[in-house]
Amino acid sequence: MEQSPLLLFFRRMFRRKLVLIAFLVLCVIMLMALLAPWVAPYEPTAIKVIRRLKPPGELNWLGTDEFGRDILSRIIYGARASLGIGFAVVLVSMTFGTLFGLLAGYFRSLDGLVMRVVDALMALPDILLAIFLVAVLGASAFNVVLALSIVYTPRVIRVVRASTLVIRELPFVEAARALGVSTRRILSVHILLNVASPVLVQATFIFAYAVLAEAGLSFLGAGVPPELPTWGTMIASGQQYADQAFWVVLFPGLAIVLAALSLQVVGDGLRDMLDPKLRKAL
Amino acid sequence: MWLKLGRRLGSLIIVMFLVATMVFFLTRLAPGDPAALMLGDQATAEDIARLRQVYGLDKPILVQFLLWLKEIATGNLGQSIFLQRPVIQAIAERAEPTFFLALFSVSVAALVGIPAGIASAVWRGRLVDQIVSGLAMLAANIPSFWLGLIFIQLFAVRLGWFPVAGYGEPGAPFMERILHLALPATVLGIVNSALIVRFTRASMLDVLSDDYIRTARSKGLSEARVVLRHAFGNALVPIITVVGLTAALLVGGAIVTETVFGLPGIGNLVVSAVLRRDYPVIQGALIVVAGIYVLINLLIDIIYTFVDPRVRY
Repeated sequence: MEQSPLLLFFRRMFRRKLVLIAFLVLCVIMLMALLAPWVAPYEPTAIKVIRRLKPPGELNWLGTDEFGRDILSRIIYGARASLGIGFAVVLVSMTFGTLFGLLAGYFRSLDGLVMRVVDALMALPDILLAIFLVAVLGASAFNVVLALSIVYTPRVIRVVRASTLVIRELPFVEAARALGVSTRRILSVHILLNVASPVLVQATFIFAYAVLAEAGLSFLGAGVPPELPTWGTMIASGQQYADQAFWVVLFPGLAIVLAALSLQVVGDGLRDMLDPKLRKAL
Repeated sequence: MWLKLGRRLGSLIIVMFLVATMVFFLTRLAPGDPAALMLGDQATAEDIARLRQVYGLDKPILVQFLLWLKEIATGNLGQSIFLQRPVIQAIAERAEPTFFLALFSVSVAALVGIPAGIASAVWRGRLVDQIVSGLAMLAANIPSFWLGLIFIQLFAVRLGWFPVAGYGEPGAPFMERILHLALPATVLGIVNSALIVRFTRASMLDVLSDDYIRTARSKGLSEARVVLRHAFGNALVPIITVVGLTAALLVGGAIVTETVFGLPGIGNLVVSAVLRRDYPVIQGALIVVAGIYVLINLLIDIIYTFVDPRVRY
């Protein structure tokens, strides 16, 4: 029977049920974020002081916070900022990580310098480097993206460089060179397409890390301004009410866990499928 | 051996130099004059000019950088703007909680992660493996500050088993310190055990398919002896690496957990320095943390030679 490659791709990918579930969960979260104004039951900033710190119930499914704002609505709107920042970090770190990784892996003269800078950046714990960068740049959504991109780019560089080192020695690259294909084209077509799958896998993992890290930064007061509902700022502002109203802290945290976990599971599924060593076994 | 060790030390110095360079120049991106920041709102232009001279801020930036490097190389990390004392002293005062938190957390992570990883490799594909792998995946994706808040609610506020926050009175007995560290160390241990589980499992799976394991089994050795002595002994190198790196990253990476539990450690120092824009403290802490990280890395390499005679310097 004839099968389209795309169908085959999805069939392989979702062989494990857990990966399918995680993928569906991700789709639901992203759709809710995109359609927030239509999906959320209330305005995320609508203050109703009489209904402050109400437990989950019929009117507010996940309860209300210290200003009587609906927590479910804030989580749905918060997904926009949290996932939006995470996605932006992925785009930026993939772009620069791939570029520098290709250059370091292909040109031996650049390798030493690039990798020492990578070592230096990776000698600092993620969150410490991120909080330092945000402190220097100033706290805003844009700077959080910039800081986290600087934190995660070295990981991508390492992965791309390692793959490039292997691929540049393969016969087809040599053949391309012998045929007179320009270095630029060899890098941007022949090698890039072959490092795409490890980069794609890294992308989902970095997405998950970035969502977690953004929450951590916002929690420390070094992230996005507190007016903007993100899952991290919700926990940060809710923590002092946790004694009377645990739901203020519980639900935004569950949202983070659910999103990060789904990304990680999908990333695992992608890796299992794209890894040529494992592919035979499937 | 000495040649290789020398080369490692050389690259260590280069990495530290790059960290210092990065920290210095990135800090200069920050808006505002450091001298004006130090003196506050009421400072006159003359005061600021005088202080700029004292700190050498009037010199060209490259000269400033070289002077700063010279100070760092001799162990002087500068003066805190707000704490009125040398940065190195401020860090030393905060080192104890951070050290014990990292030690206990990595112990919890290893005590949970290594046996779980072994079990999941031995019973590969079975229920145990699926449960362990699932839990490890979950643990890796829980924000530590959130788990901390939940644990505080459960075990400190509701059940009253542990203190809610802090590190006890100055001079409190060590047992009381341990009580304060129990919850944060458990939280960090759980979150960080995931990576150890993964590495242990992968390393054990690798070794278990080797020939000498089959030999050991065919000699009639008990399965426990084969797994724990023959396999685990040979799977140790990657496991030591991941445990060591976890410890190294916890020294400066426990910022959020220290903040949630109000532990007066290095992470807490950094957060308050960030909020007060006390740049000398931030710079100093970054350099100390990176220094500890590269030193632990070197130590891991040296330990290899003892664990695995095949690795020779």
